[in-house]
Amino acid sequence: MKQKYEELLGRSITGISITIICILVFSILYFVGAKGISMFVSGDGSIVDFLTGTQWDPGDGLVGALPMLVTSLMVTLTSALIASPLALILAIYVSEVSESKLAQFIQPLIEVLVGIPSVVYGLLGLEVFVPMVRNAFGGTGFSILTGVMVLTLMILPTVTSLMIDGLKAVPKHYRTASLALGATQLQTINRIVLKAARPALLTAIIFGMTRAFGEALAVQMVIGNVLVMPGSLLSQGSTLTSTLTMGIGNTILGTLPNNALWSLALVLLIMALFFNILIRLVGRGGDN
Amino acid sequence: MLEVKNLKLFYGDNEALHGINLEFKDKQITALIGPSGCGKSTLLRTLNRMHDDNQNVRIEGLVSLDGKDIYQKDTDLLDLRKNVGMVFQQPIAFPMSVYNNVAYGLQVAGIKDKAALDAAVEKSLKQAALWDEVKDMLDKSGLSLSGGQQQRLCIARALAVEPEILLLDEPTSALDPISANKVEETLVSLKGKYTMVAVTHNMQQAARISDWTAFMMNGDLVEYGKTKEMFISPKEQRTDDYLNGRFG
Repeated sequence: MKQKYEELLGRSITGISITIICILVFSILYFVGAKGISMFVSGDGSIVDFLTGTQWDPGDGLVGALPMLVTSLMVTLTSALIASPLALILAIYVSEVSESKLAQFIQPLIEVLVGIPSVVYGLLGLEVFVPMVRNAFGGTGFSILTGVMVLTLMILPTVTSLMIDGLKAVPKHYRTASLALGATQLQTINRIVLKAARPALLTAIIFGMTRAFGEALAVQMVIGNVLVMPGSLLSQGSTLTSTLTMGIGNTILGTLPNNALWSLALVLLIMALFFNILIRLVGRGGDN
Repeated sequence: MLEVKNLKLFYGDNEALHGINLEFKDKQITALIGPSGCGKSTLLRTLNRMHDDNQNVRIEGLVSLDGKDIYQKDTDLLDLRKNVGMVFQQPIAFPMSVYNNVAYGLQVAGIKDKAALDAAVEKSLKQAALWDEVKDMLDKSGLSLSGGQQQRLCIARALAVEPEILLLDEPTSALDPISANKVEETLVSLKGKYTMVAVTHNMQQAARISDWTAFMMNGDLVEYGKTKEMFISPKEQRTDDYLNGRFG
């Protein structure tokens, strides 16, 4: 009797929790979705203008979000491009050169870096990278490049940490078997370990990109926040997220400027879902 | 000719092998048997220097292959391991195609000639009695094979580099009886071509496949002799107890 009661209680608690989570997720999806398309439904802004226009001034009815989209993708891809090889080298060192004392010291260090709030990275960017870029290239120092530098620094620990986990998850006997066939350690890493860990490594990179794409604060502090189409890495710019955080407090609910920001939020949500699905697909690739 | 003389092995301060003397007979199977922790796997791993990566391990005495001490400084470790192949307890197919699994040892040695690789892959798979089962799926992932097939794939992979010696570390203990039987048949068919040393927990297996048996206990070699003689009339009381399940 008691067992039955416990069973029922357990089922009820998990059932209620799952229901709450589902309601929350679907509420968010519905709310952001409804708000995000309200601008297009009301006819205040067209979806074509939104995706292809280069002028953003919702107060005057201009809702071209392309510059932000391009800037967001630019900082995300560039920082991932710089961070991933560095992270891979670090991860290989920590996971495969296990004898070294330094390697055992690096991993906890990286895990500490993962937990640092992004505003700290932003401050660092403001104090270190902005002057650095100013001295090297002239101008104010606020630029997409500075944003990339901050983001690279920020996602590097995350990507490295995930890559280390991925490499360490490769069974030790793969390495032993490869060495027993006369392969060198480098060949073993190159041909066996990296191959076996590939889904995990790709997931790590995508996870880093997700973080870079969604980061608002640290980027906003160094990128200049100028709403124009970026000409180069040295242009100032504004990402989707930084535009959102800058603007959301200064608009009135239900007006076009406010709804336009919700449309940006919807784009972010869709991108987040896209990254999520990508991670799942890549992860599944490893099972075969 | 593979031979160990007064071989001692230490894990830190702990002496795990107490001066082993053993001559492995050419082109025959020698079974290493004994209770868990007796040092048989440890001994096997000294034969192709698999302990090298463990800095906690110290080895004294002699392991000689064709009259040459394999622990000498000028020994080329990669050459040694090509010459002394090893098959492990867990079937370890690499996450790549069947073909590349077998060709792996040759590829890492720098052989690129497609015809030579093709020939070696076919020959090795035939020797491992796996060719008929996989010849139409050489491009498929090695991981898609059954456990028994993967283990024979591992044997083929070890044979592809044309070793002189094949070390087998409990090669069938992770397999079902039917797969184990196939692997045993494969090993028996390789007699006369390779010198094999097999660690096994399975007495019947030792009796079925081996020509010579070495019985070890607590890091000592207790008895070494022809399998047929030892299983019928062991000279040592301890061997008799172990073979008849009166041990421990």
